[in-house]
Amino acid sequence: MPVSSNLANEPARVVEMFRKMLVIRAFEEAAGEAFHAGQVRGSVHQYIGEESIAVGICANLRDDDLLTSNHRGHGHSIAKGADPRAMMLELFGRVGGTSDGKGGSMHIADFSVGMLGANGVIADGCTISVGAAQSIRLLKQDRIVVNFIGDGGINRGPFMEALNWAKVYELPVLFVCENNQIAATTTTRLVTAGEGIAKRAESFGIPAITIDGNDLFEVDSTTARVVAEIRNGSGPQLIQAMTYRLRGHFAHDPAGYRDPKELEEALGREPMARTEAWLLKNGVDADEIAALKAEVDGEIAGYVDEAANAAWPDGALAFTDVQDVGAPEFPGESR
Amino acid sequence: MTEMTYAQAARLGLQEEMARDPKVWALGEDLGYEGGMAGQYNDLQAEFGPDRIVDTPISESTIMGAAVGAALAGTRPIAEMRFSDFAMCSVSELVNQAAKARYMFGGQARVPMVARMPIGIRGGIAAQHSQSPEAWYAHTPGLVVVTPSTPANNRGLLKASIRCDDPVVYMEHKGLWGMLGEVDENDQEPIPLGVAATVRAGSDITIVSWAAQVGVAAEAADVLAADGISAEVIDLRTLYPWDRDAVMNSAARTGKLLVVHEAVRVGGFGGEVAAEVAETLGVPVARLGGERIPIPFSIPLEEAYKIKADRIAGRVKEMLA
Repeated sequence: MPVSSNLANEPARVVEMFRKMLVIRAFEEAAGEAFHAGQVRGSVHQYIGEESIAVGICANLRDDDLLTSNHRGHGHSIAKGADPRAMMLELFGRVGGTSDGKGGSMHIADFSVGMLGANGVIADGCTISVGAAQSIRLLKQDRIVVNFIGDGGINRGPFMEALNWAKVYELPVLFVCENNQIAATTTTRLVTAGEGIAKRAESFGIPAITIDGNDLFEVDSTTARVVAEIRNGSGPQLIQAMTYRLRGHFAHDPAGYRDPKELEEALGREPMARTEAWLLKNGVDADEIAALKAEVDGEIAGYVDEAANAAWPDGALAFTDVQDVGAPEFPGESR
Repeated sequence: MTEMTYAQAARLGLQEEMARDPKVWALGEDLGYEGGMAGQYNDLQAEFGPDRIVDTPISESTIMGAAVGAALAGTRPIAEMRFSDFAMCSVSELVNQAAKARYMFGGQARVPMVARMPIGIRGGIAAQHSQSPEAWYAHTPGLVVVTPSTPANNRGLLKASIRCDDPVVYMEHKGLWGMLGEVDENDQEPIPLGVAATVRAGSDITIVSWAAQVGVAAEAADVLAADGISAEVIDLRTLYPWDRDAVMNSAARTGKLLVVHEAVRVGGFGGEVAAEVAETLGVPVARLGGERIPIPFSIPLEEAYKIKADRIAGRVKEMLA
């Protein structure tokens, strides 16, 4: 496993990143439990097993860089700096949620940290990201845009249109394809012609690199280089981060379509244990790691408690933030 | 006052807004060399540069989706779709993204963009270049829908749409590109959205219409006037939100309402206006709209689709009989 030198010398930075990964893992476990307990409705797409990608990518972004996500967006949001407390309130549909309960899991967003939204429509974030980059250029800013897409999205037209578009205008966009190899319940390679994501990007003249997404250090060092290049005007690039979804497509999917042997192998490559092993080897002691885990678990458990007991939004709130011209009126509770 | 065409007036409105606000820009196919389908972007690329009048690939999803992303990131894009028929390739970007971003993100986002997608019959461009799907978007929460009927309206309403912080579906009528009308170049004020215009005052019946059909309705009112029937013609101008007060006041006064539109009658927006008026005032209402067929090519077939002035006049006489 390649280990970048900048990280090898900075265990404190790795601890910080590992903490973010722990927050994502604990958040997703808690969200799944709350879903199964009937406290969270709708659907919850967990990011379990892919934490090192969001964290390794976002550790190399500035606060004012922009990010567009997909339906599996909790990890991206937390990594970009969204508040997991407000996110948990949102999943529970309560006041104080990131969208005050209007969006829920699939529409998590935090514009204050440049997180322009999860997205319920596969690959629709791709076109949004290139447009955001055009605004950045027009406004003469030096921000960049990161678009997270899954392997399930690469057969949609907007993905291919956006690749072409990003290259035509040489836009500051980093496409990150998290290739967990399963599109909902269908093995992606069975429904994908050609040699895959990276080749598709290269065919548009976009540099593409395939890395082990479960290796935090490889994600981090690759992203550091690529983001610097994009900020310096390289035009768009694509990182294909190979990974594996350790859970179903959503929390109520038992993932029976999966080969148990494949899952077992994937568990051996999952990012939490690998990062933890690196920390142990590099002078962080086991007690410190255990304390960190306990602290994060307690923090997330507190958010769940708070969310379960938080106030529900008033029905009138359903009628706000639709539009200014032609704004709807709340007809009243007693209708 | 200057006489200019509907297309020239739109160009003037856009030029004024681009000069006024450096965050306003347009993206779409064939805006530079061609200047847009009707010259409504003529020479603007030379004036404002290729980063503000952006020639794009034929990628409708991305023209619309990029406009959404650009609006979220702080500029005010105009997505030129050329034909509302082509904009159907980007309905997800418009309906799932533009219309809902503000709402589903709890008010964190605003999407100040114009989705410019001409509608209607121009003559001989048949089933995939002639449709009037305005009711689709009037049905979609989050969107404002604008349908200009004259050169002056096309300038003033486009200016208001560009300044609007909501996503606006701006539907010029292709049959009107060459229509001449007076425009006051000294008056730079936008025409407020959601405000109808009375184009013929009358007392016996209210005829409500929009876009190119307004002219046909006015022609019908002139025919009826010769027979001693006084028809009031209201141009909605903005389809959503439509000017309820103007329509209700008029229909309450005349006691009868006829809504006329070029779009297919079944599920058309005329049904909404007629139903609201009937529910609110209890006056007799009727609708005229296209039959539920695709727009045909050949002249007599295309003519057979259209709602002409004599048909409107005939329907009015039936209602008054």
